[in-house]
Amino acid sequence: MTELLSSPLFGVVLTLVTFRLAELLYRRSGFILFNPVFVSICAIIAILKVSQISYADYARGGDLILFLLGPSVVALALPLWQRREQVLKRKLPILAGVCAGALASIASAAGTAWLLGASPEVVLSLVPKSVTTPIAIGISEQIGGIVPLTAALVVLTGCLGAICGPEFCRLIGIRKPTSLGLAIGTASHGIGTARVLAEDRLAGAVSGLAIGLNGLTTAVVVPLLWFVFGWN
Amino acid sequence: MLQGLVLLLGFQFAGELFARLLDLPIPGNVIGMAMLLVALAAGVVKQESISEAGELLLKYMALFFVPAGVGVMLYFELIAREWLPIIVGTVVSTFVVMAVTGWVEQLLGGDSD
Repeated sequence: MTELLSSPLFGVVLTLVTFRLAELLYRRSGFILFNPVFVSICAIIAILKVSQISYADYARGGDLILFLLGPSVVALALPLWQRREQVLKRKLPILAGVCAGALASIASAAGTAWLLGASPEVVLSLVPKSVTTPIAIGISEQIGGIVPLTAALVVLTGCLGAICGPEFCRLIGIRKPTSLGLAIGTASHGIGTARVLAEDRLAGAVSGLAIGLNGLTTAVVVPLLWFVFGWN
Repeated sequence: MLQGLVLLLGFQFAGELFARLLDLPIPGNVIGMAMLLVALAAGVVKQESISEAGELLLKYMALFFVPAGVGVMLYFELIAREWLPIIVGTVVSTFVVMAVTGWVEQLLGGDSD
């Protein structure tokens, strides 16, 4: 039994079966909180905790699935290429939107946490939370945040955008596919993009673009701010 | 299918290599996406040669994030220590970013197509 648990097959099968069931639950119920990524993460964590299986055992298989994320991000060039004319037509609004969003992210995350009395390391850990994981980790490390906390918050932020990003955007009058895609990609990186892409090709294309643009903007702006204001 | 997968992984590898050689803080897969876009624009890579593999990966992209999310279980105690500012800060900021980004884009770009 223990041999089977430490085989990569365990993590792969657990992830695939859970995700498939979560997808069915989402489709049947149509309830936004039953977002398949969010439900799968919660369910797998619960299963591992209850059966006292270590994360390391799970990760042997989980890492195989995670590996496919790399080429999928590269594949985001595909929708972007197919919708290039519509995207290029709005290149300035798109760039301005990402810059505004990146600054708003840094200010609002750090500001809210600081107002609520978070310790300085926690405030700094929140700064890059809207950026795709590898960039977020690099920034957190650079400014003295708690790297694992940043990594966890990146996932949380992504799930939030995937669960209710499109609904929230429509509620506050963001309806254009480019605006909606940009908003969700900038706020919730890849996890948000995965949902948007399944619903609207143009919005998904812009959302994918926003992952790169926000990553780039935040990676440039945060060290600059840090240098200017001497945060520590 | 295989050709597409090889191309996508090849671009990811090239992106990782580029990031490391120039010591860039940008992930290799994001650079790989930019490189693939340039290759498509230059006509070096034809869309048809990657679309089968690419579309399949994009269709299941959400699934690939699940194992990364499960990793959060290792850091529950870290979050629990100052859970209120952490959770409220994350939630508030996520909605603020969506609103600011979407509004700015829509305001400057207009509502027309």
